Formats: sequence, C-alpha cells, structure tokens
Amino acid sequence: MDEVITLAHGAGGKASAWLIDEVFISAFGRDNPAELTDAALLAASGRLAFSTDSYVVNPIRFPGGSIGELAVNGTVNDLAVSGARPQWLSAAFVIEEGLGMGELSAIVQAMAAAAKRAGVRIVTGDTKVVPRGAADKLFITTAGIGLVPKSRMLGAGRIGAGDAVIGSGPIAGHGMAVLLARGDLALDADIRSDSAPLNGLVEALYAAGEPSAVRWMRDATRGGLGTVANELARAAGLGILLDDERIRIDPVVRGACDMLGIDPLYVANEGFFVAVVAADAADAAVRALRGAGADQAGTIGQVIAEPPGIVAIRNAFGGTRLVDMMIGDPLPRIC
Amino acid sequence: MRFVDEFRDPTAAKNLVRAIGQTAEKLGRELRFMEICGGHTHTIYRHGLEQLLPPSVEFVHGPGCPVCVIPMGRVDDAVWLAHQERVIFTTFGDMMRVPGTQGSLLQAQAQGADVRFVYSPLDALKIARDNPGREVVFFAVGFETTAPSTAATLVQADRLGLENFSVFSNHVLIRPPLEAILGTAGLRLDGFIGPGHVATVVGSDHFGFIPAEHRLPVVVTGFEPLDILQAVDMLLNQYRDQRRALENQYSRVVRPAGNAAALQLLAEVFTPRETFEWRGLGYIPDSGYQLAPAYARFDAERRFELPGQRVADHPACQCGLVLTGQLKPWECRVFARACTPERPIGTCMVSPEGACAAYYNFGRLHREAASIGMG
Repeated sequence: MDEVITLAHGAGGKASAWLIDEVFISAFGRDNPAELTDAALLAASGRLAFSTDSYVVNPIRFPGGSIGELAVNGTVNDLAVSGARPQWLSAAFVIEEGLGMGELSAIVQAMAAAAKRAGVRIVTGDTKVVPRGAADKLFITTAGIGLVPKSRMLGAGRIGAGDAVIGSGPIAGHGMAVLLARGDLALDADIRSDSAPLNGLVEALYAAGEPSAVRWMRDATRGGLGTVANELARAAGLGILLDDERIRIDPVVRGACDMLGIDPLYVANEGFFVAVVAADAADAAVRALRGAGADQAGTIGQVIAEPPGIVAIRNAFGGTRLVDMMIGDPLPRIC
Repeated sequence: MRFVDEFRDPTAAKNLVRAIGQTAEKLGRELRFMEICGGHTHTIYRHGLEQLLPPSVEFVHGPGCPVCVIPMGRVDDAVWLAHQERVIFTTFGDMMRVPGTQGSLLQAQAQGADVRFVYSPLDALKIARDNPGREVVFFAVGFETTAPSTAATLVQADRLGLENFSVFSNHVLIRPPLEAILGTAGLRLDGFIGPGHVATVVGSDHFGFIPAEHRLPVVVTGFEPLDILQAVDMLLNQYRDQRRALENQYSRVVRPAGNAAALQLLAEVFTPRETFEWRGLGYIPDSGYQLAPAYARFDAERRFELPGQRVADHPACQCGLVLTGQLKPWECRVFARACTPERPIGTCMVSPEGACAAYYNFGRLHREAASIGMG
C-alpha cells in the first residue's frame, strides 16, 4: 500500500484503480461485482427528497468523529428533517496530494460505519487528487436521496402560535469540539462532537402520533440553535420564545463557551434538530425521542404570535432577551 | 468547569431582587449606578437584569470596554501595519471589525493583508517563532486586566531573543477616564459598580479615591448575574445606612492590594505615555501604556514608521456620550439605523462588551415589545 496520496491516484490509471478498489469499494461495497458502472441504477416511486452538501472541516479528525461521519450524517440529517427516509448517498472526494493513505482509509471506513448506522448505502462516488496547496487535506461532497411518506407535510406555513418547540438534545458540542481540536487555544477540555444520524429520531417522532402534528424540522448545524430559531421565526412570520433553563448544554461545553466569550446558541451542532409540533402532541413527542435514545430531548420553547419574526429567550431569573441572527462567522470551516 | 452555576441560581436571584426592591422603596429616590466595565454591561443585558430592578434604580454604562475606547486613528495605524510587507498582524477577534477611515482589519484581510486572530499574545509569540522570515505584530488592547499578559509575553520574547516580534500597544489605565467622567459638569451618578477583572490586578484599594475624593460609593464586583445584583444591593444598603465607601463584593478573587507579581511586571515592561487619545473622551494625560526603554526594540511604533495620523471620530457617532454614561445606546442618533453590528459606525456597536452592541443584541426587545407571555 502506498503511504501517501499522489497525483497518480487521481490520474485514472493503475493507481486510481487500486485506490478505488482497495480503499473505497472495500469499505462501501458494490452491487454489481462484475463491473463498475458509471451511475448507480435505483428503483423508487413516490415523493423523493434530494439534498447535497460539501464538507471542508478543519481539522479532518476531532473528538467524536471526522469529516467522514460528518459527510454521511450531515446529508442523512438534511433528508431526515425534510421528512424523508434516507436511502442512497453519493460521495465525491477532493484529496490534496500528500494526504496519508492510512488517514484517508480511516475516514472512508468511518463513512462506511456511519452509513451502516444510518441505514443508508453509498452507491456512487468520485475521486480527484489536486496538487499540494490547491485543497486542504480532504474535501468531501455527499448527495443523498430519501423517500418521503405521503402523510408527511412539513413547512413554516403549518406552524401556529402555541405550538411547542422541541430540541433533540444538548447543544454546541460539535463546534466547540472542532474549535478545541484545532489546538491553537491554550484550553483543554473533554468535549466531543455530537455528530450522529437523526433519521432514527425522526422516525420515532412520527411514530409517536398523527403525522400532521409535526409541523417543521431543521437540524441546527452552522449558526446553531439561535440561527435556526431565527430562520423559523422569519419563515413563519411568528415569534419564538425559548426557555434558557430547558436548553441542554453539557457543563464542560458551557464552561468552555464562557471562557472564550462564545454564545453556545450560535455554535454548530451535527446531531441536534429542532422540531415544531402541536402543543398537545409535545409530551408524546418528547417521550418518543427519549425512548429512541435522545435522553436529553425536551420542549425548549414555544411559538408565540407577537412579536412576529423575533426570537427571544427567557432566562432563569425571568428576564428575557433578544436572540438575533448571528453576525459574521466566529468559527470558520466547522463542517 | 461547573463553577458558574452557583452564581446563576434563580432562587438566590429572586431573594436579592426582593431585597433590592424593599430597600429602594424605603429610600424613595432615583439612583443611577455606573457599571464601569463592559463585561458588566454584557452580563446586565444578556441576563435581562435591568428588567428585574425597580424603576428607581438605573444602570449607566461606563468606559470600561477596551475595544470601544480605541480611537479611529489607532485603527488606521493598525490597518497600515497589517498592510506592510512581510507583516503578520495578530489581534483579538473583537478588533477585526472595528472600522477605521480606511476600513477594518477584516477588510484589510480580504484585500490580502495577513491578519490572524488570536486568543492570547502568547499565540502571537508562537506565530513569530514559527515564521522567522516574517514580522509578527501584536495589536495589544485592554486595561490593566490584559496588560500583564502582554508584559509577560514581552519578557518571554526578550528571553528568547526574538527579533521578528513587536507589540502595537494600546493598553490603557482605568483610573484616568474615571477621573475624567467624575469631572464632567452636570453628570449625575450615585455610585459605581467597580470593575472586578481590573481590580484583580490593581487591587480594590485602587478605587478608594471614589468615596474619598468624590463622596460616592463603589463596589468592586464579579461578572455573574448574582454578583451584579448583590452589588446593587450593597450600594443601596450604603445609601440606607448613609455611608459612602469602597466595598469588595468580588472578594473570592480580588485582594485589596491586587496582584503584586502582575503589577511588578507592568512596572518593568511599560511606562505611562504623556497622553493617550480615547474615543469620545479625547486626550487624557498619563492614561496609556507604552513599552519601557528596556523593551523599546519590541515597540511596533518605533520599529515601523507609523503614519500616526489622528482623525476625528465619525461625525454622526455619539460613542463618547455613550461611554461616559450621558447617553443611553438607543438615544444615539444613529443607533440601529445607520449603525448596526453588521455595519458599525462606532466601536460601542462592535465589541460584545460595548453598550450599544449589548443593547442591540440582547436588550432591544423590551423597547420594541413591552411584554411577552409564555404560559
């Protein structure tokens, strides 16, 4: 096995074939052992959800995961919060010359494991190698297709005042894990990324009651809970009132945020989503999420009629404050 | 890192709020307390403390936001430095968005200047060691709180014999602007919430001149919401008992004489400037730190031929009045209209410790919507 990726691995010759067989196919498997076709042929009927995302996180490995898990879970989650059951993914790799073969292989195997966990198959892919400096180690783009059951209708237009806002777990783990993993802060803390597939939780949520009780979902990645809540308030033309005491944050994560002056509401997550459900369905929804493994899921706020388009948060003392859209990007290349 | 929880206990807060309400009612007069430090301003807005106080007690925001007090000319100098050949210009993140007449450091970065944000001057020192062919300049800002870490970094640079590292010092002292504010005609203040972080270095006794010379109470205070509520309670109790004294609420951290090692370091590495320009306050004598002669070779102002132009603040900007507590953020003529966190005109809108940014981000709601109900 070659020790590092060279430009030859992207040239289409022997080295490329070796890389595809030994690193990618051996991890992802293939349908037709006889030949490698140009496209995956898939059979489906009904409504489809289709999504794509690129992953450029720096560093490519961090406590709790790597760019590999992110690339699978991120696209799985975009499909899941659209109400879809994710089925198939594509994966395209832009690799910087010089990346260690062992490192690439470990990331590809992490992708295969993440796909297995999420119950999706990686059915097509592509590899390009670029000269040193033209990319930073490894960029991955995934696209995914999911099937959307007929009964599932989501949209900000379906939200009404009084609906409950549910959070699937603790926030801010991913962004802080990546920030600390960069190692340029003199701060060491045991913080892990929350990167995880959400499709199992979404299924549990739908199984808990009438599908129409689930109004809207979004995974709170870049920009965090604060940004997602603002997008929700603006799209719905309603207000969102969050309850500070009910938003779960690991104490170590909160301590690190406090020390660095970062508001955890704006820190990225990779395994956390927000669901708006009918008020009378909220308790069952939370129970279902907890039963499916999200043991810190809970109602974190509610939709209010006034003031429209505004997100506020009520703190433990009974004071409220505004949660605005995030300005700038405090933590670039987080996913 | 669980240490913050006990200072955010809602029950304790409710008890303090009740005590404050009772004392304020007995006193039956309006009281205006200035929180000197921007960290306090941030906590007050972030936790909605203003709404918890009786209407007769008011917070007035003070000058203790290190980013806010930097005048435009110094930002222009920083941008100029960042554009010099071979320079890696290092800065705290807050300073990146502060506008100068030639744009901000963020814009300089987009134009190709090598600007890097760091969390500590030691990070800048490391960059210098890793890049021996480059000139690394650290944009030093802050009161006596952060000046010791710049000083310690310079001592280390000296020990390492580094030749490609320099500091653009904008360090300032806390007492001179307070004297300036206390000397402002027509200003009505009834006491101070003293800056806990600065006091860890200079000591709580540093603020004894406020009761001694100006007959006003001061309580050196920590940064958790309960700390600030307790400080308000202590200030009110002084009025109830007809005292005007220096008290230390933050005694878990602050000593009367401060941190001797840090003060020694400051005395060794820095020397007071004859005068330094403050945004909105103008030139104040003996209010800034420059590098002492023994460290002059690390002084970016000597190493580079800085243009050093002094420019007037933006004519529409009223940061000066906000910084001296004479204007509330929303009373500024450009607040939330021409001046927002996305497109700031004044520094107070840039730093999260700036009164305008804190108010814009956290407090604005209460003037826009009087009440919000949840269950």
